[in-house]
Amino acid sequence: MAASSLDGLLAAKEIVVACGPGGVGKTTTAAAAAVMAACRQGGRVLVLTVDPARRLADALGLAGIGNDERRIEDAVFKSAGVTPRGELWAAMLDTKESWDALVRRHAPDAETRDKILANPLYRDISGRFVQSHDYIAMERLYEIHNEGLYDLIVVDTPPTRNALDFLDAPQRMADFFSSRLLRWLIVPYRSRLVNFASRPFYQVADRILGTQFLADISEFFILFQSMYDGFVERAEAVTRLLSERRTTFMVVSTLETTPVREAEFFARELLVRGLHLGAIVLNKVLPAYMGDARATRVAETLAERAPALADGLGPDPVLTPRVLEEVAESFLNFGVVARREAEQRAELSSAPEVLAIVPFFASDIYDMAGLLELGAQIWE
Amino acid sequence: VNPGSVPDARPLRRPSDLLDLKLIFVTGKGGVGKTTVAASLALLAAQRGRRVLACEVDAKGDLASLFEAAPTDFAGREVAPGVVVMSMDTEASLREYLKLNLKIPLAGRIGPLARAFDFVATAAPGVREILTTGKFCWEVRERHYDLVVVDAAATGHIIAQLAAPQAINDLVKVGLIRTQTDWLLDILSDHRTTGLLAVTTPEEMPVSETLELAERVATETTVQLSAVVVNRVLPELFGRREEEVFEELRRPDIAAELSRRAGGDVGPVLDGARLAVTLRRTRAGHLERLREGLDPEVPLLLLPYLFTRTHGLRTTRQVAASLGEELGY
Repeated sequence: MAASSLDGLLAAKEIVVACGPGGVGKTTTAAAAAVMAACRQGGRVLVLTVDPARRLADALGLAGIGNDERRIEDAVFKSAGVTPRGELWAAMLDTKESWDALVRRHAPDAETRDKILANPLYRDISGRFVQSHDYIAMERLYEIHNEGLYDLIVVDTPPTRNALDFLDAPQRMADFFSSRLLRWLIVPYRSRLVNFASRPFYQVADRILGTQFLADISEFFILFQSMYDGFVERAEAVTRLLSERRTTFMVVSTLETTPVREAEFFARELLVRGLHLGAIVLNKVLPAYMGDARATRVAETLAERAPALADGLGPDPVLTPRVLEEVAESFLNFGVVARREAEQRAELSSAPEVLAIVPFFASDIYDMAGLLELGAQIWE
Repeated sequence: VNPGSVPDARPLRRPSDLLDLKLIFVTGKGGVGKTTVAASLALLAAQRGRRVLACEVDAKGDLASLFEAAPTDFAGREVAPGVVVMSMDTEASLREYLKLNLKIPLAGRIGPLARAFDFVATAAPGVREILTTGKFCWEVRERHYDLVVVDAAATGHIIAQLAAPQAINDLVKVGLIRTQTDWLLDILSDHRTTGLLAVTTPEEMPVSETLELAERVATETTVQLSAVVVNRVLPELFGRREEEVFEELRRPDIAAELSRRAGGDVGPVLDGARLAVTLRRTRAGHLERLREGLDPEVPLLLLPYLFTRTHGLRTTRQVAASLGEELGY
């Protein structure tokens, strides 16, 4: 049965993955959904976030927290005039720390563990390697979900070049460690016997990268291979968790041309993969009246006949017509955008169970009151 | 750039010097219009007589579409007079590099090699970045173009890209790559040759990220932040006196009379103007924060919000014109 509101959707799910293009308010929307669930539905709700705006983190009392979940104080809610029925917890993903934890868990022995943690390539990869963010976000989600401490987990996904990267990350990581090429790369440093077919590869690789670098790489992978089984197992489990019925996806976007195109692509792709597209949240949407046909006609009249219409009205006979013209022009300008947005919205509306529209707020959201305001917009 | 010469580290004298650079990386948080600005910058430079190579790093095909052209590949294609657009492909970049540098017979071997390399590049951080950056620096060194504009990685990843030659220098002690990183660093460090253009919008997160970026560029790279483009700046609707008049017009009796004369409810039109004023004001605050947080030597280039229906060459032209005005042309 389809839920008709975010309220209904979140009540039925254990995991909500917020995804979508960058710069559309994904983090804020994920936080608002978690706040609403904690306030209205109760239970223990966790928001696992990636990179909140500093002001938002400060306002929630999260500044400086890392990988460990921390409870948002009731005082933060009280300051916004509400008493939550449940508990809201938050954690911020620290890629480096999460990787270290993973190595500690999967390393076969203390020596291997220490060698990996000290390997220069490992340090580089865990800190900077772009795809490692995607992987670790899903890994953390799996770990937290398995601990069974929360009724609902809302995950904010890292900004990626391609919004889908994080879905593939676990599988890619597993493929990576099981690849034949990896074995190729490792072999010569284990034995001096180099397969005839692969010799040109090593010769060229040596000339380009230098023997030492290749040796560093292979040492790293030889060490890492000892954790191979653990990795593949986890990757499969994460992929399974994402496709279960208790997980849903919330695509966040605006109605600007490029983001909306990415959001559409993402929504389609979720369906193709058999994942559950629970909601689309559209942020920063211009109010409907801005595209309204009757209001547009009034604005056109004002723009054309401002001096006559303003005659005797307002405090200033010179300024009043000018202000009227400005007002009308501005309305007509925004109207073009509003009508384009309405059309794009109509095209999107068929796919998800829930379509939530969030109007342009006058100011950015940076505190609990703002999250509640946003939350109220998407909740019912 | 002559090998061995000391890179020039002085800032640009005037905003218009921007187009005299040879290599410009355009970055910005997702959704701020980074690709549009890169396309417009390329178009503007071409209009001013430069031969321009514009390159997109994430092969999405957006850059070519801003010139109403089909997606391009690594070889590139002229999409507007003086503007060649190409898409970065690290494997093709490697192939070109090997062809030029190793003089090895490639047929038959490059297939598995490239796959293996792709694998190494995925595994070893910096290798992919250096193939990308290396290609641009090579185009600059060979003087195939007057200007190379890169629609570069987003704010979060640009540092890794620009710092890659240095990182490789630290990791790789010998080998061909090592000998290559030195001249790359010379090109990247020369402030008369290479520049970074950060695109932002006057909003909370983009401004904060831009300020963080400016700091990281200064501390972690040798590249110059040449300018910050503030995109989608809303027009100022009223001066203070006009706003008083506007508030007066919103009085119920006056609004009702206006509605009667205009033959329809003026309420939505007045509300719309109110929203526009509020939006503008919030954004002005962020713009102010940006100005205060940036080194005063970094010019801010303001581009207006475009109330257009869609994006494409029309938009690219409009943005190029605004950019030209901001640069003092």
